[in-house]
Order: sequence, then C-alpha cells, then structure tokens
Amino acid sequence: MLYFSKIRIVLISLFTLTFFYLAISNFIKLDDKLFDKKINLGLDLQGGSYLLLEVDNKPVVAQRLQNSISILRKYFKDKNIRFKNLKIENDEYITFQIKNDNILKIKELFINKNSDINPYYPQYKSHQFDLKITNNQFNLRFSEYGLIKIKNSSLDQALEIVRRRIDEIGTNEPNILKRGNNRILVELPGLDDPMRIKNLLGKTANLTFRFVIQNAEETFGSEKLLFEDDSEEALVSKRIILSGDNLLDAQPRMDNQTNQTVVTFNLDRVGSKRFAKATKTGIGKRLAIILDGKIVSAPVIQSSIVGGSGQITGNFTFQSATDLALLLRSGALPAPLNIIEERTVGPDLGQDSINSGIIALLIGFFLVIIFMLFKYKIFGLIANITLILNLFLLLGILTLFEATLTLPGIAGIILTVGMAVDANVLIFERIKEESKNEKNKIIAFDSGYTLSKTAVIDANITTLIAAIILFFMGSGPIKGFSVTLGVGIFTTLFSVYFIARLLTSIYVSKNKDKEKLI
Amino acid sequence: MEKKNIHFNKFYKLFNLISFFLLFISLILLIFKGLNYGVDFKGGTIIELRINDSKTSISKLRQSFLNMNLGDVSVKQFGKENDYLVKFEKKDSNNANFISEIKQDLAIYIGSEFDFRRVESVGPKVSSELLRSGMIAIGLSLTAMLFYIWIRFEWQFSLGAILALIHDVVITLGFFSFFNLEINLSIVAAVLTIVGYSMNDTVVIFDRVRENLKKFSDINIYDLTNISINETLSRTIITSFTTLLALLSIYLFGGEILKGFSLAMILGVIFGTYSSIYIANPILVLLKVSQKTILKKDKD
Repeated sequence: MLYFSKIRIVLISLFTLTFFYLAISNFIKLDDKLFDKKINLGLDLQGGSYLLLEVDNKPVVAQRLQNSISILRKYFKDKNIRFKNLKIENDEYITFQIKNDNILKIKELFINKNSDINPYYPQYKSHQFDLKITNNQFNLRFSEYGLIKIKNSSLDQALEIVRRRIDEIGTNEPNILKRGNNRILVELPGLDDPMRIKNLLGKTANLTFRFVIQNAEETFGSEKLLFEDDSEEALVSKRIILSGDNLLDAQPRMDNQTNQTVVTFNLDRVGSKRFAKATKTGIGKRLAIILDGKIVSAPVIQSSIVGGSGQITGNFTFQSATDLALLLRSGALPAPLNIIEERTVGPDLGQDSINSGIIALLIGFFLVIIFMLFKYKIFGLIANITLILNLFLLLGILTLFEATLTLPGIAGIILTVGMAVDANVLIFERIKEESKNEKNKIIAFDSGYTLSKTAVIDANITTLIAAIILFFMGSGPIKGFSVTLGVGIFTTLFSVYFIARLLTSIYVSKNKDKEKLI
Repeated sequence: MEKKNIHFNKFYKLFNLISFFLLFISLILLIFKGLNYGVDFKGGTIIELRINDSKTSISKLRQSFLNMNLGDVSVKQFGKENDYLVKFEKKDSNNANFISEIKQDLAIYIGSEFDFRRVESVGPKVSSELLRSGMIAIGLSLTAMLFYIWIRFEWQFSLGAILALIHDVVITLGFFSFFNLEINLSIVAAVLTIVGYSMNDTVVIFDRVRENLKKFSDINIYDLTNISINETLSRTIITSFTTLLALLSIYLFGGEILKGFSLAMILGVIFGTYSSIYIANPILVLLKVSQKTILKKDKD
C-alpha cells in the first residue's frame, strides 16, 4: 500500500493543484479567462427571497366545464340528440339526461377512441372525461389525466406569465422553476423586500371592457360589480367587448390636461375593430374597465375611438399605474396564484451569517489542527496538511460544479473538518497496533493501511448514505448541507488515501530505521 | 494513548438499564408532551428583527404584536441584545401585503427604528408536507443503514446497529421535547447526520469484532466485544473529540440560526458514541454471535 509510482505522484499532484487553483479562484481575482466559475451563495447568505406559489386550479376547471357545456349543447343540436337538464353540478361535473332509446348510441359517442367530444389521450390511455350513466342520467367528470392535462397547461401558462412579470421588473438573475404539477418556485437573490413582486404575482390581471347597463339583460346575463375602492356598485353586462388578450402594449402616462396618471394602451387589429364598433354604437353609455372582478373606472363614451388606442383612468399613483401597465403587458394568469411559502433574508443578516460561519470554521479548524499536532506529532502534521488540502479540494469541487453554498452548507464543511481526521486516526491507530508485533516499519505501515481499509470505507459510506437521502428529501439550505457533507466524504477519502498516504510513505521510507515512528 | 483494558462488558447490564430508562422517558415525552415544531412543520410566520434604538423593551415589542391580532405570538431575544425573533401562527396567503402591513403597524407602536432581517412564512399545506418528507427521510435513512450493514455484515450486526441508531434518535428527540427546543428543518438534517455518524462509529467497532471473530475461536462474544471496544477505543475517543470540537465551534460562534442544529448534533455524537459501545455490542452478545455466524457467510 505504501508504494507510489512516479506517474501516480505526478497525477495526484496535478489533481490536487487543479482543485487548489479552482478553490483559490473564488477569493482572489485571478487575471485570466481560463476559468470563471464560482461557488454560488445561497439566498440565506447573500440575502434574497424565496417564494413558492401554488396555482389555484379551481377556477380553471370551472371555466373548462363551462366551455365543455357550450360545446356539448352545440354538438347535441347538430346531431339532433334530445337532452334536458344540461348543467354543471358543484363545479365538479357536467350532468344531463337523454331519451332512453338512444343511451347506447350516445354512450358510444363518449367512449369511442375517436370521440369528438371526449378526446382520447393515447399517451395516458384515458379519455378527457370519465363517464357515469345511471338510467338516462349522464355524468361527465374530468378523468385523472384530464385534470393533469388542465393542470399542466395552466402551470405552463402561469410559469410564462410569472417569468414575464419578473423580467419586466428587472431583478438580478431570478430563478423560476416548476415544482410538481401545480407549483412554481421563485428565487430572487438580493431582494430584501419582495412586497412589490408578491403584489404583482398575486394579481391574475384579468382585464375586460364591458358596458354598464341599467336593467338586467337576458341574452348575455349581467352581474353586479364593486368599484376598486369599494365605494359603489354597478350593474355590468357579461358581454365582453375587449379583453386583455387584445392588448399589444400598455404604458403609464401623465395626462397633460387633467394632470392625472393614466395607463395608455394599444390594441391589436381585432381589438381595434371591436373597440371602434362598440364605441360608435355606445356613445353616451358607460364602458366599465374591469380588472380581476372589480371596476377600475367606467368612463362615459364621448366619441367613437377608431385609432386602436385608449387610456384607462382611475385613482392611480404613478407606481400603481406602472404596475398595472406591467401586468397588462405581461398578460393575465390563467388562474390565481397563492403564495404558500415565503422565506426572505436581508443582505445584512446574510453577511452576518457568512462572517459567523467563517469564524466558526476557522476556530473549529484551528482546534482540530492543534489537537492532531499534539496527539500525533509528525503524523499529526501530515494529517493536518491533508486536512487543509481536503478543504481546498472540497471548495474546488463545489466551484467546478458551481454548487450553491448555504449556511448549513458551511456547517457541513466544519463538520467535515471534524470527521475527516477520522480516517487518518483509524489508520494511524492501526499502524500503532501493527508496530507492536512487526519490527519492519514499512510492513507495519503497509498492513496498517490495508487492515483499516474496510472500516474506513464502511464508516464513510454510512455518512454518504445519510447525505444522499438528505439531498433528495431536503430543500434549499438543507440541500446545501447535504452537498458539502457528501462531497466532503469523497475529498476526504481521496486526500487520505492519496495525499496522506503519499506523505506517509515519503516520511517512512526516509526514517525507517528510527526506533519509534508513530 | 497506551492500550487500555477497561471492562466495558461488566457494565453492559447497568447501562442497558439506564438506556431503557432514558428511552422510556423519551417515548413518554414524545407521546404525551410532543415536540415543539417550528413554522417549518407547523405553519405560521417568523420574523427576525433588529431594533436600532435600545429604548424598546421586549415586553413592549410583545405587546405591540399582541395588539395586531395575529393569534399566538411568541417574542424572544435572538443572539444580540436588540435582535428578536417573533413567531406567530397566522399566515395570510391571500394577502400579498401581509408582511408590509405588519411592518407599518409595528412602526406605529415602536417607531421606525427597526429592520426585518428575516421573514419566513409557511402555509399549512407546505408545513405538513415538510413534516411528512422529514419523517420519510429519517425512516428511509434508518432502512438504508439496516440494509447496508446487512449486506456488509450479518443480520445480527445489522439489528444491533439499527437499535443503537433508534436509541440515539429517540433520546435526542426526547431531549428536545423535554427542554421544549424547537424542531425545524435543520434539526431533521442534524438527525440524519447523527444517523450517519452513529453508524460510522458502530461500524468501526463491528469491523473489529468481525476481524477478531475470525482470529479467535476460543473467546466468547462477551469478552470478544470487550477486546474489540478496547482496541478501537482511542480512535473512538479521538474522532468523537475532534467532531465535538468542530460542532462546539459551530454552536458557539456559528450564529443563532445554527444553534439548534449544532446542539442536536452534539447530543447525537455523544449518544452515538455511547450507543456504539453500550447498545450495539450487548445486542451481539444477546444474539449469541459466534465464529460460526460469520464463517457461514464466507462459505456461501
């Protein structure tokens, strides 16, 4: 175990030097473009905000059921199928009744793999709807995979909108990721007050232009809506003149005549036409501008607007106008988002954590080094050199993979310092035992290394197992801990079996005639 | 350190009784008193705040938060003199302005000389998921260790090691329950690391037991475990000592956030070292492990 060929010595040195260089490059501005990777600091160290958003799919499902009902109604009419009581129950399923004689034929329309009204998804081997028939009563409920499809598509849309909104604000390197099938994770480094972003993400931004009416109308239906300041109510038609989808652009402006802040907008071609037509026929009426179920304003139409642009007035501050414009530009969320987890760390606390982490590391390191030197003298020195190189290897590997260092991650490094000497201690103690019976120092050292190997490997694998499980089950900062702990095991094994063993072999071969080596 | 011959095995019975007693107390505490879950596992909000003038007393701060109608509020000092940790149950996920409203309210009560240094808000759904995955992680790691030792040794060893692990985890959690210390995500990380560490310690002794079993056919397991413990004793002490040095420096200098984590680890290392000697080994004796136990495997 003690013999090293020249080529191995060169390889070990090269390997160690490379990672030493990588580790150093984090601290010293090295003047070359050879390598520009760095260890990332976690949100708990650099400060920042972590938000977990959940898509509330209930309104989406309700909307989809609503759409399906109109499709069904049209389909039945086209096919001359007589039905009654077609409606949505409990916002969960569609129900209707038909004449007895057709049941099998109609059933076939729904369970056929080429069904027009109940699409079949071959990849899931499932239809969109599960069908239940009792007598002549049909119940259509979204199948498991039908729901998954809806969730996936609303998650994709929501992700896109969230990304656009955050990009518009222009924060530093945001991290926006899908989590599961209805969650979005947002990490915003350097942001110590996420209020504005939370506000922007908390709004669906569903914009519609609808007429204010005097009496409830039959054809489209109507509803009573509150103004934004909850001051008054107005009855508005359910007929949508324009929606946010028709918007090309929106900007906050200062209106020169009234000195009010407004939001101006431009419409696409379809939107322009509809807007022109509506304003032409509706002169004198009030057009309500409705955002997320509340009336922003309801100006009286003075003249027809043909240019495809207009402005929204309301009680805006410049900030709120800017935010509204931003929301309109980035589009509406398919469903409301709820913030179900938030963790924000201010930058000064992050810096404090880095400082105390480094102090703890240095003190822990110092104590361990003093102890080892005291306990093993020259071999303590070898163990200490190994330990220092081990730290550089660990930092080097974290740099190479651009890993994220968190506060628990620093704790993991300190723990590695404490536990890394274990392998050397196991080996040294074994060598001491072997030296009692074996006069030939080289052989004693050799068997010390060989005999302790299973214990060293087994002992390290157990810690590695714990680290791997933590990596997969933990989140955020804890993941950082498992990474440093796990990588620390590999660097420990390398530094003990290559670096320390090399140093030991050099020392022993030069001093093999000494009476007491260890 | 000269080779010692301490008769550990004479005290197997005594320490087993003590361990049973501690385990029993811990289980009673865990069942009837339960654990003090932090917001990670219970849901709610914590705010770490620093007050920049020293006029505001902790009772004034507490009263200010109580006036805000946030449910159960706890306020305690956190590290430095003017740093406080405020914890309350309410978490308003539909109101994006929740935190800034609290900030405004607080400014009315105590003036504006304060900073929110850290805010963590966890909804009930997320917290129950975190609790579940934490428990799964601990269960999974115990199972993984059980199988690893089973593969590397024999089932008797595996059983001994796993019982030692359960002993360490339960007593550490019992300690947290007794002193009402908070259980959060980092404590779960600590418990998993304890599992790894305690295993590591047990494995080293077991490795020596196995080696000695092959070497000596005439020594019974009762004495054999004692020999093995003694032979590996200086390593056990040195490694536990250096690990404790590292953990102690995290506990003392690593800042408030790591205090609970490092305390759990310190306890775990102490119990882990103890249980490797006084739980894992007596079980080998109890299961009458002999040379035959390991030779059977070599023939296969």
